[in-house]
Amino acid sequence: MVSDPSALAVNNTAVEDTISEALGQAYTVTADSAAGRAAMGSGARRRTWLDTFDWRLYAAGLTLEHEQTRRGGRLILTDADAPLIDQPLAEQPVTAWQSGRGVIRLPDGPVADRIGSLISPRALLPVARAVSTRSVFRLLNTDGKTVARVLVDRTTTAGTELSPRVQVAEVRGYPAQARRAAAIIAAAVAPAAESLFVSAAVANGALPGGYSGKVDAAITADMPARLAVATLLSSLLDTLEQNVDGVLRDIDTEFLHDLRVAVRRTRSGLKLLGDVLPADLAARYKDEFKWLGDTTTPLRDLDVHLLGFGDLADGLLAATPDDLEPFRGFLVRQRAREFRRLAAHLRSARFRALTSDWRKALTELTEPGAGGGAGVGGRAGGRRGKTGARAGARAGARSGARSTAGSLATERTARAVLQLTRRGAAISAQSPAESLHDLRKRGKELRYLLEFFAPIYDRAAYRTVLSDLKKLQDCLGDFQDSQVQREEITALARQLLTGGVGGAAPADAGAAALAATLLALGEINARLAANQQQARADFGSRFTRFAAPATQRHIQTLLTQGTLPALPPQGDQ
Amino acid sequence: VKIYATYNIKGGVGKTTAAVNLAYLSAADGNRTLLWDLDPQGAASFLFRVKPRVKGGGKALIRGTRALDEAIKGTDFDNLDLLPADFTYRNLDLLLDDSALSSAKKGPAERLARLVRPLAAEYDALFLDCPPSISLLSENVLHAADILVVPLIPTTLSVRTLDQLTEFVAGFNGRRPRVLAFFSMVDRRKKLHQDITKSLSAERPGISPTVIPALSLIERMSVERAPVTAFAPRTQAAAAYRDLWSQLR
Repeated sequence: MVSDPSALAVNNTAVEDTISEALGQAYTVTADSAAGRAAMGSGARRRTWLDTFDWRLYAAGLTLEHEQTRRGGRLILTDADAPLIDQPLAEQPVTAWQSGRGVIRLPDGPVADRIGSLISPRALLPVARAVSTRSVFRLLNTDGKTVARVLVDRTTTAGTELSPRVQVAEVRGYPAQARRAAAIIAAAVAPAAESLFVSAAVANGALPGGYSGKVDAAITADMPARLAVATLLSSLLDTLEQNVDGVLRDIDTEFLHDLRVAVRRTRSGLKLLGDVLPADLAARYKDEFKWLGDTTTPLRDLDVHLLGFGDLADGLLAATPDDLEPFRGFLVRQRAREFRRLAAHLRSARFRALTSDWRKALTELTEPGAGGGAGVGGRAGGRRGKTGARAGARAGARSGARSTAGSLATERTARAVLQLTRRGAAISAQSPAESLHDLRKRGKELRYLLEFFAPIYDRAAYRTVLSDLKKLQDCLGDFQDSQVQREEITALARQLLTGGVGGAAPADAGAAALAATLLALGEINARLAANQQQARADFGSRFTRFAAPATQRHIQTLLTQGTLPALPPQGDQ
Repeated sequence: VKIYATYNIKGGVGKTTAAVNLAYLSAADGNRTLLWDLDPQGAASFLFRVKPRVKGGGKALIRGTRALDEAIKGTDFDNLDLLPADFTYRNLDLLLDDSALSSAKKGPAERLARLVRPLAAEYDALFLDCPPSISLLSENVLHAADILVVPLIPTTLSVRTLDQLTEFVAGFNGRRPRVLAFFSMVDRRKKLHQDITKSLSAERPGISPTVIPALSLIERMSVERAPVTAFAPRTQAAAAYRDLWSQLR
């Protein structure tokens, strides 16, 4: 129902008069009958716009709205750039809608069919609520036949009246008339600058597209390296903090995932770039972020198991999905326990101190007039902080602190590439699994470095290198994920058998049922082992491709193009 | 989808008026309703202010070169659409018998039934308003319909044609439509009308006790260009159609 046009630029209050006058040249314009008005949703409508936390619908050019009238509720999916003619992409009636609650579960239907895979596994959240009243006009031809309807919506949200919106509702079989009416209206009134959804969101303090899990620090190549790294880490802290509430409210599993990625990126940033920060700032926060990362791992692992559960169950050959039900119940109970544990950590003084101290330390580096590196350390990192003056001076003396973001990016990226290619080349068929795990970590570090400095790279070159790296990482990821899952399944099976932690085993399940579950888990274990072997077998060719001249040329191009200084000559590569 | 057909061999017996009002009442009940004006005269189309024209004519529809739903027009009423008449419908008989269509396994009498099948997903009720005749078209309509709605003028002769129709339909293999006749255009001042409606609706099954009177208000439909049930819902005429609809839904 959201459609672009047409707030009248001047004289908003009389938009109906202006439109009627313009349309009157071509049609007889008349107010709709009571029945027609009801059918067109006249009267007050309570509207709620919905999107995921990371604005997936908005990014896909879609607008989802729940509309409540006396006739009932329905979900309406429209094109965000909808033309003046009202044409929902999909709609479905909704009964027993609970828009007052934070999380919205999308009921099955045409709307769910359309967007289910786009938003999964994210939940829908209300973005803005509003009340609209609608007036309806009929446009009659010379036979007195209604050939189109004009709908004027006036919307109030958060105490503000938004500019009125006009739409044309097509009467079946008269598409040309709807187009004609739309053209007349478009010539008579100025279009609104933004969609009603965006206006309503902004009026409610939300910024569509304002969150994404991606690294988006505003850094430039000639920025001092220290400022660039601090800016980057600040932006990662933003992401981390933005996700805490969603984790605590258990809205969907992506909040924790994004939080963990922000922690991992922070840890990599501290490790790979931390030396340009003053004093031993990086060293002091390293352990705290490790603690935070580790504390989120058990819940995430269970989330991954539960998210992949359907696929696991569907892939069973000998066992049936029902055999796994006790296992799922077990996972759900485990998850509830882990959730409570993590929530306690995220509400702890330790966590609060970590984020607020870290914020303070970074702000002093990023905000102008913070006085350079000296004196920063003492006020930051209060938990185990040393006094800063001396340490700050020491850090300032390091070459890294004086360089630019561009030279830092080139140097560190080149080093990461070199490490990855060297270690990868050393891996043979006899190498232990550990060496592949380690290689994956190096690959991740390279990936994070690329992402950190993405704004200063040439877009095309950046995408090419990232996609080269991704092919290698996917293979290493398959290898390690299979291994980790096998270990976990083995551990969970043992807990299931022994009654587990706190008597979590299904006490009423008979021995036969338990045996069936364990056999099903055995089958899954075997499949994971096969996956892992396959990944290991693929590794050689994947790595050869990554180390090939073509890929290395892509990296050279990336590091020498655009605003970056030239790549220093590399010795023994 | 439930398919209703208003049919009579004779013309001018209130067939189109019944189709228009019953379709309107069906839509008002919340059924997604389509009325197909099969009569080349286009009376039903006229009453809904829709031009009696279909692109490509009846040929395109019957041959399937143009999908039925492309020709459908929305009426001014919620839930009620119209498939307009076209002057080429006068040749529908020939088209239905066209040898070009003989690839279909079933006989020409069931072609229409197959044609409207795709509409089942979109509509709850389909009304076929037939031209008065005995023809391949009417045979097609009889085969497609779930319910035949037959307006009768209160004469002994018209009751004989009802008997013929009932007998004909009874001879169908497989699916047979239910037949509901009703007396239409009844003039209460005429004693003959009164006698016949009273005696026949009592003694013969399949005749509705509802009587549609001959009223100038019903004739006004062609001036108002709307169903009497819509523009004068609180009148005796509208009440009579509602009564009839209650026996059909």
